[in-house]
Amino acid sequence: MEDHISLLLVVVPLIAAPVVAVLPRGRSAWAVAFIVAAACAVLAGMQLWAVLTEGAISYELGGWAPPWGIEYRIDAVNAFVALIVAAIAAITLPYALLSVEREIPEEKIPLFYSAMLLCLTGLLGITQTGDIFNVFVFLEISSLASYALISLGRDRQAFTAAYQYLIMGTIGATFYLIGVGLIYSQTGSLNMQDLATLLPGVLHLKTVETGFAFIMIGIALKLALFPLHLWLPNAYTYAPSVVTVFLAATATKVAVYVMLRILGTVFPQGFALTTPADELFIVAGIAGIVIASVYAIYQQNVKRLLAYSSVAQVGYMALGIGFASAAGVTAALVHLFNHALMKGALFMAVGAIIYRIGACRMDQIHGLGRAMPWTFGAIVIGGLSLVGVPGTAGFISKWYLVVAALEQEAWISVAVILMGSLLAVVYVGKLIEALYFKPVTDTGTAVSEAPLLLLVPTWGLVFANVYFGLNTDLTVGVAEKAAAILGGMKP
Amino acid sequence: MSAETLLLTILLLPLAGAVGIVITRHNPNVREAVTLLSAALVAVLVVMLAARFLDGEAFALTLIEPLPGIAIAFEIEALGMLFALVAGLLWVVTSVYSIGYMRGHNEQNQTRFFAAFAVSIAATMGIAFSANLLTLFLFYELLTLATYPLVTHAGTPAAKQGGRTYLGILLGTSIGLFLLGILVTWSLTGRVDFQAGGILSGHVDPAWAGLLYALFLFGIGKAAVMPFHRWLPAAMVAPTPVSALLHAVAVVKAGVFTLLKVTLYIFGGEFILSNDVTGGLIWVVAATILIASLVAMTKDNLKARLAYSTVSQLSYIALGAMLASKAGLIGASMHIAMHAFAKITLFFAAGAIFVASHKKQVSELNGLGRAMPVTFAAFFIGTLSIIGLPPFGGMWSKWYLALGAVETAQLLLLAVLMISSLLNIMYLLPIPIRAFFSKPASGEHYTEIAEAPKSMLLAMVVTSSACVILFFYPDPFYRLAGLAVGGN
Repeated sequence: MEDHISLLLVVVPLIAAPVVAVLPRGRSAWAVAFIVAAACAVLAGMQLWAVLTEGAISYELGGWAPPWGIEYRIDAVNAFVALIVAAIAAITLPYALLSVEREIPEEKIPLFYSAMLLCLTGLLGITQTGDIFNVFVFLEISSLASYALISLGRDRQAFTAAYQYLIMGTIGATFYLIGVGLIYSQTGSLNMQDLATLLPGVLHLKTVETGFAFIMIGIALKLALFPLHLWLPNAYTYAPSVVTVFLAATATKVAVYVMLRILGTVFPQGFALTTPADELFIVAGIAGIVIASVYAIYQQNVKRLLAYSSVAQVGYMALGIGFASAAGVTAALVHLFNHALMKGALFMAVGAIIYRIGACRMDQIHGLGRAMPWTFGAIVIGGLSLVGVPGTAGFISKWYLVVAALEQEAWISVAVILMGSLLAVVYVGKLIEALYFKPVTDTGTAVSEAPLLLLVPTWGLVFANVYFGLNTDLTVGVAEKAAAILGGMKP
Repeated sequence: MSAETLLLTILLLPLAGAVGIVITRHNPNVREAVTLLSAALVAVLVVMLAARFLDGEAFALTLIEPLPGIAIAFEIEALGMLFALVAGLLWVVTSVYSIGYMRGHNEQNQTRFFAAFAVSIAATMGIAFSANLLTLFLFYELLTLATYPLVTHAGTPAAKQGGRTYLGILLGTSIGLFLLGILVTWSLTGRVDFQAGGILSGHVDPAWAGLLYALFLFGIGKAAVMPFHRWLPAAMVAPTPVSALLHAVAVVKAGVFTLLKVTLYIFGGEFILSNDVTGGLIWVVAATILIASLVAMTKDNLKARLAYSTVSQLSYIALGAMLASKAGLIGASMHIAMHAFAKITLFFAAGAIFVASHKKQVSELNGLGRAMPVTFAAFFIGTLSIIGLPPFGGMWSKWYLALGAVETAQLLLLAVLMISSLLNIMYLLPIPIRAFFSKPASGEHYTEIAEAPKSMLLAMVVTSSACVILFFYPDPFYRLAGLAVGGN
């Protein structure tokens, strides 16, 4: 079986999805989905272990030799990202049981889990494949599933949010596809490794450069890089809690991975430096950090506040990519992992609040910190990680980012990264003040702590935030290996 | 017990205490017993550790390595031992005091108060024993966060506003400047550990070293160098035991302690002296000494006046550090201890006055001395020690600070120190004088006001006696200060 891990990671959730859809009851659907997600997490862990000990894996789909057949090619970079996606899915699903029963109508629950598994299939597929057209296919699978998932939100605005995402996401995917087509027209290949050898010969062609630009913008839309982030706040705000947790912790991360892969493997390292791409990443990163953070401060809906914070965090990753150095790529990958942990924990905690009071507007959560001390504690620690307080995962991210920026003497970026932390202090502080210091709004009913089934996964991620703030063997170790593969993009 | 175990116990005991306090929250007497027990144990262990350290034992402890090349690590070194000794000894005294205060004043949320207090002490010990800048920064931030619920304890709009200022300035400076300083140090030298003689020499252009020092000087917001001092008066909304131990001793001393560590072990005295790193910055600190004293004079609120006095006294320590001469550094290190004992006495007295008479303003204190003789006697002793008169401990540190100014031929700075002493007299001495010799405005005698609860009096007597004892027997602190500077 070991030879087929890479394929199983995609096939298992893909096959399970229709099975789950026809199951009669919500709980049985949940159980299957959970087992599949857990199995994927184990497989992804095994895959990463295999890659780290034995080197890159190449899997030929159906036995067709690349570049004609589709090749799954796994190295430290995508094994790492696949593990993040699968692990987040495995930890989100136990949380989902109660939250979904509360937020989704009973008859739609099997369909919900089916869509969730399809989304997982797509995201894992993107990480596994070594074929740029195949990336598009899986991108669409995951995106279509997430449009459906978002539209299941309880507010009617969920429909417009999903529709907005559908339009923007489709534009992004189309741009990507146009780019892939242009490159195919000049090279005749879609295999990443193959392209890596073919592209250097045709780089001078305007067609290839145009294709590169289309791909970059298409993915930038998917990863919600400022100013292409407009779909994200609504999508995160109105989606069901579980969907927000899952998408916030995985979807944009996978897009960052694709970006790094295109820049570091498909195109020759250093090519981005001959285009305006690297400067644009830095400018967009800086603007995103500052503007989205300021927006976050003024939000009245907690989920929307965190959503804008996510846009800002994507800005940090863009900065790391824009530095185009090994240190920068390491920082981006470390932050990719750590941000999944913090946003996962925070959105879960907010989901617990929604589970209890059915809403998460700032003026409705006054004083809830006292009634829900564990949920509040999770928000405090998750928030500290977001700020980048030492002892949390967020600090490690900030440390590597600033070191990467200092290495280039990019003083503006240094200032912006630190300022971003301070803006995070403001919006996290606002949230904590509302939860703890404002007098309780009288709703007539006493609110009690969230059920254990919600708290345990939340605190699992909270502990991960602290653990990976103190022990970085996995995160930094793998990120550095990955950065070595992507080469820092310097010629 | 091996020295490593001892060290680890001192770090973990307050945390265990905090857990114990939360567990026993339903029985206040047991809860307070847990506080007292952990505080007393910490005090004993710190003294034991200090004794073994002075016998020449040296030890270090590495926990984990979150970043390649930078570990969470602890070591015992003279300056840290001195700081830990001060904080450890005063925690137990303050615990006795706070129990009287919190009960005498019927405060709410006492469990949270005592638990957060214990965590703050653990953070302080972590700062004292840090072996590198990263570990120090970790506990530095933890201390800020753990004291935040104490500052906002009252939960009133004023407390919330004070808490915002507190967190805003302390986190703003530490993330914006201090962390940047650490990162720049790391990118210049590839290390951030504390090393006698400094690590920067040869790695940084002396012309830029001043800028880096400025990042540390202003980034270490807890040292309250102007213009980043406003958090300290803002923190005075906290209950008085917090102001006494944390905002006159643990937190603010953590600031100047960090500054001293950076001066001695990152820059190195030699490097600073030979390159005149602090030449311009020292005037910022001198200005803080004088301006804060002048502001203190205008404050009628007793705690606000004491807070500005602390701002001024902290800059004495910063000044001694930046003089970077031997006497200056010894004076600065000793002032950490001497000012701690004197200022905590003053805050204890302020709290006692508040609990017994509900008076907060200096102008209301006329004639109160007769009703509360012990309190005002303690206040008087604290005042004299702050001014730096014999026979009180405060004299020694001022002596060495002045000597440091003379040694480096900075006569203008000597003048600053002297003028500031005069200002100390002008804003502190009138308080006990009013209390003892003036008549209350209404002409009546206070008959209904008596001394504060006994536990509070006990604490004051202990700390004010310590001020006297430290004049005759400053030896442990002097030896530790001497060891930190090198030599002896």
